[in-house]
Amino acid sequence: MAGGNTSRASADAHHGHNHGDASCGHAHHHHHHEPVIVPPEALVVARGLDLQRGKRRILDGVDIHIAPKEIVTLIGPNGAGKTTLVRILLGLEKADSGSIQRRPGLVVGYAPQRFDRDPAIPITVERFLTLGRSASQGEGRAALAEVGASHVFEQQLHALSGGELQRVVLARALVRRPDLLVLDEPVRGVDFVGEAELYGLIGRLRAARGFGVLLVSHDLHVVMAQSDRVICLNRHVCCHGVPETVAQHPEYVQLFGAATARAFGIYTHDHDHAHDLTGAPLPPRSATPGDTRDA
Amino acid sequence: MLDPFLVRALIAAVALGVIAAPLGCLVVWRRMSYFGSTVAHGGLLGVALGIALDLDLTLGVVIVAVAMGGLLTLLGRQRVLPVDSLLGILSHAALAGGLVAAAKLAGQRLDLMGYLFGDILAVTRGDLAWIGVGGLCVLGVIVSLWRTLVSIAVHEELAAAEGMPTRRAEALMLLVLSFTIAVSMKIVGVLLIIAFLIMPAAAARPFARTPEGMAVLAAVVGAAGAAGGLMTSAWIDVPAGPAIVLVLSAACLVSLVTSIARGGA
Repeated sequence: MAGGNTSRASADAHHGHNHGDASCGHAHHHHHHEPVIVPPEALVVARGLDLQRGKRRILDGVDIHIAPKEIVTLIGPNGAGKTTLVRILLGLEKADSGSIQRRPGLVVGYAPQRFDRDPAIPITVERFLTLGRSASQGEGRAALAEVGASHVFEQQLHALSGGELQRVVLARALVRRPDLLVLDEPVRGVDFVGEAELYGLIGRLRAARGFGVLLVSHDLHVVMAQSDRVICLNRHVCCHGVPETVAQHPEYVQLFGAATARAFGIYTHDHDHAHDLTGAPLPPRSATPGDTRDA
Repeated sequence: MLDPFLVRALIAAVALGVIAAPLGCLVVWRRMSYFGSTVAHGGLLGVALGIALDLDLTLGVVIVAVAMGGLLTLLGRQRVLPVDSLLGILSHAALAGGLVAAAKLAGQRLDLMGYLFGDILAVTRGDLAWIGVGGLCVLGVIVSLWRTLVSIAVHEELAAAEGMPTRRAEALMLLVLSFTIAVSMKIVGVLLIIAFLIMPAAAARPFARTPEGMAVLAAVVGAAGAAGGLMTSAWIDVPAGPAIVLVLSAACLVSLVTSIARGGA
């Protein structure tokens, strides 16, 4: 991490242009270093990750870091290499080249994209919560309360609904007291309004617990409103920065279409009540998830 | 008063029932029953080699079964053949190889039927020592790795991402599974051993709420079924291995019917 700033001077030197807070690489492949300041206390820093499978390039010179207490959202179309990048950061897969540094003693909580439950294994939510770290029953119960799913504590894991499962998996990650929470498309199978509620929850948990969050998504509007930084990946990092500027960036608009980019702006203002994950309306709050960053 | 050989048989059967239970649960959860029978079939080759080389037979079986487990683990990573086809090939190749080797190398000195279907009444003090010492080692390994093994069964990627030693746990589990199969061969036989592993777990499943509960219940079912089957076989004079497996199948059937009747299907 000490090397974090070394590329900055040269990067600035040949980076004459400046897109507000968003720095943007180009779709064609020259790799200049982005003028990104990597804080020395960063949780994870990856540089120059390359991965090739057969003749297909999956990742091409990807740099990414997550700082403490920061929500970083990784977006990109399907097949952009998002999940592969996450798997490499988690140590589940190896890149062909590039480096990954984790802060020593880093505890990672992970909510995978797919969670296929097997009824052959009897397991209560209670037991599942304490499986990732030998924790007390009380800790499990507290984590479940934090994600608003206390009522499923004694149920079988395979009997939960999709929305309940998402929360239970999140609670299991919390039980580990993570420094970094990695959520790969956490809203799969949750309806659109439940989505906003879940992202709102992640934002509140981050505020309460102070962990960093890496969030993966292929859909944009709600996600971006909760993020401190957005990284747009399409095999290479094609643009990154604070949500509002990324949403207006030409390459982003080209990648996702103008309609989606506009929807981001509309959505963040058009949200006067929330729904829980089952779709039931919640009592109005002064700051609903979509509004918090867009004052 | 029970005959000493029956007492030894009873101790062996009950002990194996307990030792095999948590492994049986893992075999059910991980869908490894084909793997188990392949390793068991390899065991016959071990017996033949043991006789030919004048080794301790149990040692011969343990060596071949563990080697077989290792080979399967390596071959399981190839992508040319589906794993079940691969196991189907290896399983019967091992069985055929064992039968040929037994005929050629061991000839008359081998009680083939005893190894295929079990000969629990021939259990010696030496066998009991294998079961006792080996069984404690097996239980020790399983208990120390239990959390990781259950986590792998629930979600392997999550377990690995959380930093659990998934590869090591998996390799050790295959090792102790192969070992358990080897020492159980004499009791229930090469062809029935996988039933001895999965039936108690299957019978326990509908009544368990946690992985640990299922393992404990499977141990009770396994021990009771082994003892019940053995006593039945002595009583009506039928082979012990098949009698144990029949009693355990009855337990599975009752469990399944009960859970369907409760609406838990």
